[in-house]
Amino acid sequence: MFAELNELLNASPQRPEKGTFTLLRDTRTDGSFLVHHFLSFYLRAGCKVCFVALLQSFSHYNIVAQKLGVSLTAAKERGQLVFLEGLGSCLDVLFGEEQQQEQAGQPHPLRFISDGASDLRGLFEFVRTSLAPATGDAWPGRVLLLDDLGVLLSLGASPVAVLDFVHYCRVAVCSRLQGNIVALARGGDDSEDEENELLVTSLCHHSDLILWAEGLATGFCKDVHG
Amino acid sequence: MAAPVAGGAARGCGAPSFQRKAPAGGSRLAAIAGTRPAVRHGQLLLSSGLPSLDSVLGGGLAVGTLLLIEEDKFGVYSNLLFKYFLAEGVVSGHELFVASAKELPANILKELPAPLLDDNYRNELGEEATAATSEDFQDSMKIAWRYQNLPKMEVSPTTSARFGHYYDVSKTMSSELFQSIKCHSFFLPEELSSQPTIKMCNMNCGYARLLQSIQKIIFQEGFDGSHPQKKQKNILRIGIQSLGAMLWGDDICSTDNPEDSHSLTKFLYVLRGLLRKSLSACLITVPAHLIQNKAIMERVTNLSDVVVGLESFIGSERETNPLYKDYHGLIHVHQIPWLNSLICDVSDTKDLAFKLKRKLFTIERLHLPPDLSDTVSRSSKPNLAESAKLLSSGCGAMAIGKKHLDF
Repeated sequence: MFAELNELLNASPQRPEKGTFTLLRDTRTDGSFLVHHFLSFYLRAGCKVCFVALLQSFSHYNIVAQKLGVSLTAAKERGQLVFLEGLGSCLDVLFGEEQQQEQAGQPHPLRFISDGASDLRGLFEFVRTSLAPATGDAWPGRVLLLDDLGVLLSLGASPVAVLDFVHYCRVAVCSRLQGNIVALARGGDDSEDEENELLVTSLCHHSDLILWAEGLATGFCKDVHG
Repeated sequence: MAAPVAGGAARGCGAPSFQRKAPAGGSRLAAIAGTRPAVRHGQLLLSSGLPSLDSVLGGGLAVGTLLLIEEDKFGVYSNLLFKYFLAEGVVSGHELFVASAKELPANILKELPAPLLDDNYRNELGEEATAATSEDFQDSMKIAWRYQNLPKMEVSPTTSARFGHYYDVSKTMSSELFQSIKCHSFFLPEELSSQPTIKMCNMNCGYARLLQSIQKIIFQEGFDGSHPQKKQKNILRIGIQSLGAMLWGDDICSTDNPEDSHSLTKFLYVLRGLLRKSLSACLITVPAHLIQNKAIMERVTNLSDVVVGLESFIGSERETNPLYKDYHGLIHVHQIPWLNSLICDVSDTKDLAFKLKRKLFTIERLHLPPDLSDTVSRSSKPNLAESAKLLSSGCGAMAIGKKHLDF
């Protein structure tokens, strides 16, 4: 959690805002520090967090979060954090198909990779059940963190499917549960990836707050990242 | 950026801030030959086979990550880097997995460069290096005395005893070094003809088969920790040559709108998942200059951990350009992973060039030769100014414009 960013956004862990959709964009630089910031911010604020981490492994986030003062393993154990590690669970989808059958009742969240089905319904169900209000849990807020949406495009989902997924999540999390969504999407204005551009532009229109990390236009500089 | 991080660590673990926290199990993991733990982020690092590339990458290639090399036009130098990577695995005693669609892996393994393990060579190179530096020292004291403190990019040979070796490209590795090494191979035409085609998650068949065989090896040999009591831990080095080329059955190199544009990206994603869960590292060479659809290349870059592009001067007009006469090509480091930390070690310049001598492949900061007089290189003056614009770290007065000043 970065204190300067909190001051800029006028946010504090004691009173997090409700019902907002924050979009994190990055161009020519890596915006994942913002994801770490929001993760530690919301864990400190005492919200229940569902983190769909498609880009890096759990230990990466854990180590960075420890440096920022929060422990992800402890949060996971007490149920405050629900973590979906994309890299690990896609292996289950592809290589562990025999064992997963009896666990079904709900389909695996990343099943769209192997099925070729163009909707992300499984992923949405996962998000919905993990953030659903349950008896006896002591965390008032609900937060969904997505890192990152461009990976869904790379894995075969169409941009419309990803937008539908985000829309469903917004309805479920922001309006019904009064929670927040923070999503990271990469890509800039001069990128050649049209699907990504489409995704990012429409997300910009839907979001309440956009934080855009941009690399320096004049090129690379060692001390200032953007 | 370092101070808040260190402060955070102190708050987090409640210890005095100057106590360096050892990586968990660091002493246990460092017992694997050919690896060393990184100081900064506690990951285990492998050598990529080239000590100068290791220093560009911040010490080496981390275990569990993917190094993507964008091939140069004729594939000469990327092939060489591929062989260095495998040769380093042989010398360090790691297991190898070689996959290729155009060359038999056994032939690739026969052509690995021989390592320079004797001390005679090290002394010889040491003498050359000291001779060079003493000359420079004489000159630099008179003219460019401010520059004498800038470090050179290449690592001196005497320091890299166990991590990172030098290879002689003109000799091939002798076969007795191979005897204790287990090599697994995957040659696409053989694999496709031996078994019936399978459909796995709508991915290209060649990629699916490759993933299956990698996963099988990792599981059987216990790289993912599934047989802890079996034997001493070792690293699996995976090398995949020319992924995405037409020989793999993928048409991204031939059309702008390929039929299945997601195969390569899905493959990379699942491969990275496999790498993260096991003690292995992978080097892939991709013919990026052939891929027509740039969106795919962007996604591929986002999905890999380290991306290095090679641009050789063979056949281009730069070969005869006096600017580049010392070098064989340029290296572009497109991406370095920010593992386990908020920032990464990036070298302070992005203009790197490489040169290949028989016994040494060095990567250095690109230096423009000084602009000595008006008449000498008049014809290449526009070239000078244009290529000076390419340098992002700014070479001072040369980057001003096309006109040169007359005094």
